[in-house]
Amino acid sequence: MSYDKLVPSPSPETQPYWDGLNENRLRLQCCGECGKVRHYPRPMCDACWSMKTDWVDAAGVGTVHSWTITHYAFHPGFKGDLPYILLTVDLPEGVRMNAQARGIEASALRMGLPVKVVFDRVKDDLTLPVFEAA
Amino acid sequence: MSLREAGAITGVGETQYLRGTDRTALSFQLEASLNAIRDAGLRPSDIDGLIPYGHGAVAEDFITNFGIKDLRFSATTPMGGASAVAAIQCALAVIQAGICKHVLISLGRTGYSGGRIGTRVQQMPQFKVIGEFEMPLGAIAPAQLYAPMARRHMEMYGTTSRQLAEIAVTTRHHASLQRNATMRTPITIEDHQSSRMISDPLRLLDCSLESDGGAAVVISAPDRARDLAKRPIMVMGVAEGHPDSPSAITQRPDLTTLGLAKAAPKAFAMAGIERGDIDVAEVYDCFTYIVMCQLEDLGFCKKGEGGAFVEGGALGLNGRLPVNTHGGLLSQAHMAGMNHIVELARQLRGEADAQVQDAEIGLVTGYGDMGDGALAIMRRA
Repeated sequence: MSYDKLVPSPSPETQPYWDGLNENRLRLQCCGECGKVRHYPRPMCDACWSMKTDWVDAAGVGTVHSWTITHYAFHPGFKGDLPYILLTVDLPEGVRMNAQARGIEASALRMGLPVKVVFDRVKDDLTLPVFEAA
Repeated sequence: MSLREAGAITGVGETQYLRGTDRTALSFQLEASLNAIRDAGLRPSDIDGLIPYGHGAVAEDFITNFGIKDLRFSATTPMGGASAVAAIQCALAVIQAGICKHVLISLGRTGYSGGRIGTRVQQMPQFKVIGEFEMPLGAIAPAQLYAPMARRHMEMYGTTSRQLAEIAVTTRHHASLQRNATMRTPITIEDHQSSRMISDPLRLLDCSLESDGGAAVVISAPDRARDLAKRPIMVMGVAEGHPDSPSAITQRPDLTTLGLAKAAPKAFAMAGIERGDIDVAEVYDCFTYIVMCQLEDLGFCKKGEGGAFVEGGALGLNGRLPVNTHGGLLSQAHMAGMNHIVELARQLRGEADAQVQDAEIGLVTGYGDMGDGALAIMRRA
């Protein structure tokens, strides 16, 4: 069956993030001058305004900051996933990311819950991050 | 130099609000605008400034349909649901600069019959980043993107779904007293608690409507406002505020603080009044939680105390702070907050369907685009 969910349209600035996921690596953009990590990828560092960019490999772990459990499919492609948990997670690199949770019970959700990133190859050229309990 | 009392609302207009139409958004926008202009006792050709809502009619539409011969200013204030109130600040600035005498702020939409509001964010350029990084994961609609803000508030402060229900119930009661509201059947807290879950913790009755219709207001220079048909409603204070990480809520340092928190101190200082002076508040209500969060960011209570603040009918007509006396986006219609400005003017004129007795000073907020905020404080002249 063909993949029927929303897909990203990467730009030259964001492509390394998606390439990293396809290699099972969580890569975060950082400033090529002052080193500040930023997410999501963008052209300029808001701390020193440098446009030099670099990429670092994230530890791939984090703790739950907040969440929602979705019971309604706002896009038909997600109907089969209902209900699904979307986690907002604090990464030790100083940024947050969100992704669906896998194998975590709704009753176990709490702020500070440790999670780890795993990689879900959903189609040929697309890998999405997923959180599992750490 | 400040914008304090640099302009007044002189006309307000609405169409009938609907859930289902074969009319165009433009026809609603023009009808509501004409109603507002006539309410002021003006002619369409008197309008010399336009600040339409960003997704709809453009200046050319008004020039063509209204026969405006000398339009001097047109702009949009692209802040989603905060656009309408932010447009008041823009209107006052161009009036004070001497560019315009009568500025029309207007909106028309087919949010029910045309493109559904709930999933429209996918097409909006300011959300490119969400489109790339969050929507592919299944975080698509505002209900899903805002739910983690509400969840964080609940976990941090003990806020409950029943407290959010208080907002839905009170707002529906106000709509039941309103002639032009699409949802007028009263609801209870239990109705809210048994409504289906959309994106936890937000239930169906925490969510605003999708509606068809139009609304508009005319802002006039104070020296012109005095001679028009209705009692002018003076703008005492106005400001807009943009949150940190404006497009991506995920990256916002504090999920429970909105752009309004930056606007509120400025607008209150400009107006020279205290929170306790406010007789009525029309607070942007795309979701119940957003109302509660704004009441905190406005300074009516401390951060984290919003849940307790709204309990026990506190937002009712005879409560400590009457809120959304027209039924809001939750129960009247989703007119992106333009209907909130219309209602505030009517309250301060004393001509509202659900009138707060002796309302002299009130405020209206806008909230949109994931956290932008705007606030206007007004008094009857």
